Amino acid sequence: MSGPFRSQLGAEVRILARNGEQLLLTIVIPVMIFVFFGLTEVLPSGLDDHMDFLTPGVIALAIMSSAMVSLGIATGFERSYKVLKRLGVTPLGRPRWLAAKILTVLIVEIIQVALLVPIALLLDWQADDARWLLALGAVGLGTAAFGGLGLSIAGRLRAEINLAAQNGLYIALLLLGGMVIPFENLPGPMESVAKYLPSGALADVLRDALIGPGAATQPGTSWIVLAAWAAAMPLVAAATFRWE
Amino acid sequence: MHSTTTSVHEVDPVAPPDSPTPDVGAIRASRIVSRSIENVVEVDGLVVRYGRGDRGLTAVDGVSFTARAGQVTAVLGPNGAGKTSTIEVCEGLRNRAAGSVRVLGLDPSERSDRRNLRPRMGVMLQEGGVYPSARPIDVVRQFCGLYHRSDSSAQDPRELVEMVGLTDRQRTPWRRLSGGEKQRLSLALALVGRPDVVFLDEPTSGVDVNGRDTIRAIIRSLTDRGCGVVLATHELDEAEKVSDRVVIFDRGRVLVEGSLDDVRKARQAVRLRTTKPLRLDDLPANIADWLVEVEPGHYTIEDAPQGLVAALAVWLSEHGIDVIELRAGLASLEDVFKKLTGDRP
Repeated sequence: MSGPFRSQLGAEVRILARNGEQLLLTIVIPVMIFVFFGLTEVLPSGLDDHMDFLTPGVIALAIMSSAMVSLGIATGFERSYKVLKRLGVTPLGRPRWLAAKILTVLIVEIIQVALLVPIALLLDWQADDARWLLALGAVGLGTAAFGGLGLSIAGRLRAEINLAAQNGLYIALLLLGGMVIPFENLPGPMESVAKYLPSGALADVLRDALIGPGAATQPGTSWIVLAAWAAAMPLVAAATFRWE
Repeated sequence: MHSTTTSVHEVDPVAPPDSPTPDVGAIRASRIVSRSIENVVEVDGLVVRYGRGDRGLTAVDGVSFTARAGQVTAVLGPNGAGKTSTIEVCEGLRNRAAGSVRVLGLDPSERSDRRNLRPRMGVMLQEGGVYPSARPIDVVRQFCGLYHRSDSSAQDPRELVEMVGLTDRQRTPWRRLSGGEKQRLSLALALVGRPDVVFLDEPTSGVDVNGRDTIRAIIRSLTDRGCGVVLATHELDEAEKVSDRVVIFDRGRVLVEGSLDDVRKARQAVRLRTTKPLRLDDLPANIADWLVEVEPGHYTIEDAPQGLVAALAVWLSEHGIDVIELRAGLASLEDVFKKLTGDRP
């Protein structure tokens, strides 16, 4: 690990750790949603065990929170505060800046999963059929898709508008995305759209990986959809991002 | 500090950048002199445009100047003159439409050159550059890591914080620092890596008197060890105190370039203030022709011929007009600036 990269990674982690709103978004909200719906069983899941529906959905929500909203909002403000411009004239370079950002997101995701999986087990989720390597692949694709989406928005809009857009998209994808509300409970046209959103695809492939056959609505299609988002969004971000 | 140039390079602001100027000989002489000293920045015929087509704006239009090692070069000009655009091209932050730029002999627009240039270049932006929740000591530590050196010359973050007088505020988040403290922290960040060239954009803006002394002392220490400093500022008195060379911009062009003394000498002036306004018609023609009324009771004479000031003093005495101020000498930088740019802020 080079000195500049290590230094930038340390700064990213330190700033994130001091940012209460980001911690609320990435840790507290997913945990609260998980515990509330895990204990109350108010959500229709369509599966025998509601935790089989909820656990992959909340992990998908957590990935979206850190890779899209947290990364996007922080980057938007860094553009606005000219932090990116200032870093641009140091020996750090853009590739190492981006690598530090991605690794910070991955660190947060590890913490999220390390919290959510034990909570799921405490809420009687049975992980016997979980294929963890496949789930890791889903998380990787989801991170690329949501990270690209977050940076595409952050790289074009003013910081305050970016903040509103990221939060608005977060709510919309949370409600539409098959994360905590099953696709079949959405109105007809909305259901068709939701299945092709990155949130819906990530939740569906995580159900396929963590629960097993029959848990996902359209596993094959969802893997393709998620892979397409993961390939396209970083390219869109790279093509449209403005550093100041 | 020392100055080495013996000529002023003055450019006709309305002439196209490629057309010959009336002072070609002086320009050539100036360039020959400058070649013997290490140029840290060489800008030649730089053009910067924003937007395309008819709606595009040419912010910098054929600018040429040099900055040298061990000297402070002040880049002056009214708002929108093209100073920041020019400096940002030198820093590798902005693309140029035409011309050439060399910083420490490297081209900032070339990726490989830029990679070699960044560890040797210090930058202070006009504003911002730091995350609001970040504490000064953490930011300086971060930047020391970005300019990582494994040898013993690695810098101590605490020493840098102390140098800019922020030891007592080193754990205060950036957003709670005063404007002057933010400027001093930005300056500290520009010094990390012991740069060979430093670009400072409005370094004393919002800084109190003591802070200005600190910043001036730091700039002097930079030039003493051979670093070239390029200083963009609106604050002419500040530029006058620290700079060796001056480049005055207006409307995207360079109006004048030269050593501070030569620029001021080229506009020698006499300043006269009287207790009551003069009636210029009453003055002898050989005096009145030279006198320019700035406001009633305040006059200037530029490039006064020998004996004129003495004759004026005698005439005033004979007519019982008391003098508040009669000062002859080099024009101030402010006088030169106003004369060249027509008082635009």
